[in-house]
Amino acid sequence: MLTANRLRDGDVLYRKGDGWVPMLADGDVYKDAAAAEAALATATAELIRNQVVAPYLFEVREVGGRIQPVKEREIIRAAGPTVHPHTGKQAGQVNA
Amino acid sequence: MTKLIKSGAYAQDVFAPVADDAALPEGAVLVSLARFQKEREALLGRNTPIGIKLQSSENPEVLGADVNHFSLIALEFPKFRDGRAFSWARILRTRLGFTGEIRAVGDFLYDQVNYQHRVGFDAWEVPDHFTIEMFNRALSEMTNVYQPSSDGKKTIRELRAGK
Amino acid sequence: MLKTLVKPVAPNMYRYDEFDAQFVSERVNQFAGQVARRLSGELTEDQFKPLRLMNGLYLQLHAYMLRIAVPYGTLSSKQMRKLAHIARTYDKNFGHFTTRTNLQFNWIKLVDVPAILRELADVEMHCIQTSGNCVRNVTADQFAGATDEEIEDPRPLAEIIRQWSSLHPEFVFLARKFKIAVGATEKDRAALQWHDMAVQIVKNAQGRVGYKVMAGGGMGRTPYVAHVMHEFVEREDILAYLEAVLRVYNQDSRRDNIHKQRIKILINTIGPEEMRRRVAREFEELKRMGTLQLPQDELDRITAYFAPPKFETGLSDVLPDAGPDFANWAKTNVHKHRAPGYAIATITLKTPGQVPGDATAEQMDVIADLMDQFSVGEVRVTHEQNLVLPHVRKQDLPAIHAKLKELDFASPNAGLITDIIACPGLDYCDLANARSIPIAQSIAKKFEDLDRQHEIGELKIKISGCINACGHHHAGHIGILGVDKKGVEFYQLVLGGSGAEDASIGEIMGPGFGEHEIADAVERVVNVYLKARQPGERFLDTYRRLGMAPFKDAAYEKVAA
Repeated sequence: MLTANRLRDGDVLYRKGDGWVPMLADGDVYKDAAAAEAALATATAELIRNQVVAPYLFEVREVGGRIQPVKEREIIRAAGPTVHPHTGKQAGQVNA
Repeated sequence: MTKLIKSGAYAQDVFAPVADDAALPEGAVLVSLARFQKEREALLGRNTPIGIKLQSSENPEVLGADVNHFSLIALEFPKFRDGRAFSWARILRTRLGFTGEIRAVGDFLYDQVNYQHRVGFDAWEVPDHFTIEMFNRALSEMTNVYQPSSDGKKTIRELRAGK
Repeated sequence: MLKTLVKPVAPNMYRYDEFDAQFVSERVNQFAGQVARRLSGELTEDQFKPLRLMNGLYLQLHAYMLRIAVPYGTLSSKQMRKLAHIARTYDKNFGHFTTRTNLQFNWIKLVDVPAILRELADVEMHCIQTSGNCVRNVTADQFAGATDEEIEDPRPLAEIIRQWSSLHPEFVFLARKFKIAVGATEKDRAALQWHDMAVQIVKNAQGRVGYKVMAGGGMGRTPYVAHVMHEFVEREDILAYLEAVLRVYNQDSRRDNIHKQRIKILINTIGPEEMRRRVAREFEELKRMGTLQLPQDELDRITAYFAPPKFETGLSDVLPDAGPDFANWAKTNVHKHRAPGYAIATITLKTPGQVPGDATAEQMDVIADLMDQFSVGEVRVTHEQNLVLPHVRKQDLPAIHAKLKELDFASPNAGLITDIIACPGLDYCDLANARSIPIAQSIAKKFEDLDRQHEIGELKIKISGCINACGHHHAGHIGILGVDKKGVEFYQLVLGGSGAEDASIGEIMGPGFGEHEIADAVERVVNVYLKARQPGERFLDTYRRLGMAPFKDAAYEKVAA
């Protein structure tokens, strides 16, 4: 999957089609490396200079029917800090 | 394309940059340190102004007593993060007593121009879109300074003391 | 909660004049301009990044993080209330006190930053150079001005260094960050030897006050303890000397490998002797030039801002008897003050189970009240992520303690095993490999029993979530480094480090422990100490006597079973 931060407020975003969504569960999963690289290239080339910043690819896998990041870092990034469970996306604090 | 800002105004660049292996044209030339070290006698023997372009890793001290033979010393910023040239300009103006043009070339930001000006740069090779208005604005964003530098600007401490 | 109306007290600290105020205000306008150019796309992220870093703004795992400068750890109650207000208005109602005595907010929006900076400027605060490859916040002993151990208050010099280094045109694009600390006591509470450069105020044989300058300390990938650059720099020459060190660093540091660009690498590559020689050369010249000379009257002028408050006389110098909880707290959290009848009180932000170093907006407001009521409007932030009320009357200590209990900040554990330093780690930080806060919480919970904590005595645990070592694990008696082993968080133990005057670099024990094993491993290590210690030995002393072997054996024994 492809993630970035919204420039103006730093919110974590996930690529969906030509746009971005706030929740990992709604983002596009790229089934092969070529598709993933293409998505990254498009996102980088766009005028994302003004919309999002620091796009990068990360791995996900299917666990019990749900898409989940492989790395701990991406799990925390998608949900929010484990030590402040009342903050972040895990607490429904999502800016569209 | 680039243009030259010198002493606060657009200026014609009279120095022809010359590659290390190219023949020297007539008139003012800008050469590398390597070339100068190789052809010092010949270059100094010419009757026209010489400029030297130093890379960020090249300490101008290496010019020694020759320093004021140059009308121009161009200091390269290979990447704007490489801030060595700020020190090079400073020691050119202080220890080495260089009175000629110190020109900023390469990759630097609008936001660095003020610092460059303070440490002793007086010319900038800027991209085409960079205007004199931008230049003046860069120099005016911070009215006062806390520390002395080559620009001789009064420090806040001196202003406080009414100097 | 009914808010008591407490009359704000203006403490004795540096106060902006119109020049300082204008400087900060113009800097805010400058950054607002840069933000606008970034939002319009005129500046790319690559160009904007160093600019926003030099205004304290990071892009972290979840959002932007803003780091606010707390010069030499000193805050007024007015400033504390403003920080609480910013936490409430622009963030999620809490802030984090850092290992460089700054304050961080974790959920900041880029578009709000100019407004936040203006609010900070209203109370003489800023975020200038709290990040970036430049001179960072200058830190000092948290007991400055209150302890009788110091030759003089180190903060006037720290303030002078702060001003000299602010937007210093030659040094805003250094090879890497540059951290400076100032000390004035033999007991080092500011970790001087771990800094890129440190100034220790000393007296020479003739009794004249001058400055010992050290350089080349640093954490990170390759930890080093600083070398002495000059045993005694005369007062008026100090800025010339510091400038000389910075210049040699700026000129001669590598620029080709980001992991080799701190001054510690330069000094250890060319050797301290050669470094001293290069610095001496610049120094002689800068002295001759004369423009950096620090006149005594300027030093006096700045010193006057930090004049101690008028201490009352005739106060009881006896520690009040206010019950066992208070007595426990006083054992660890109350320290000797230079004035009779007074004390220094440490507020440990380390109640077991809490996030170390965090405070909510409400807690900040109550602390501001405590500052006004009991500590002449002043608090200090420590590099161990705690707070200090520097000037409290002994007779007020019970009332302070009672209030801290209400806040859940009355843990009687300053310097004990549960007084843990932890960086934000993978919960917040873009650079981290592992979480550090939950580890701190689990260890603190395990050792919560106060009798046990006192039995163990002084034991400094420091946890970093990655090799950048913002948790200062290299200087921990027990240091813990979080690593990523094939996507799983593991924790390496590092033993025998010290950030005090007996500075030492901790030794790595070996392979890491899992998230659920590390607290037990720490316990096994502590038990070795308890069994083997000799009278008067702290953990660190026993470790230094015995070496790694017995601790290593014990730590891994359970894992092997």
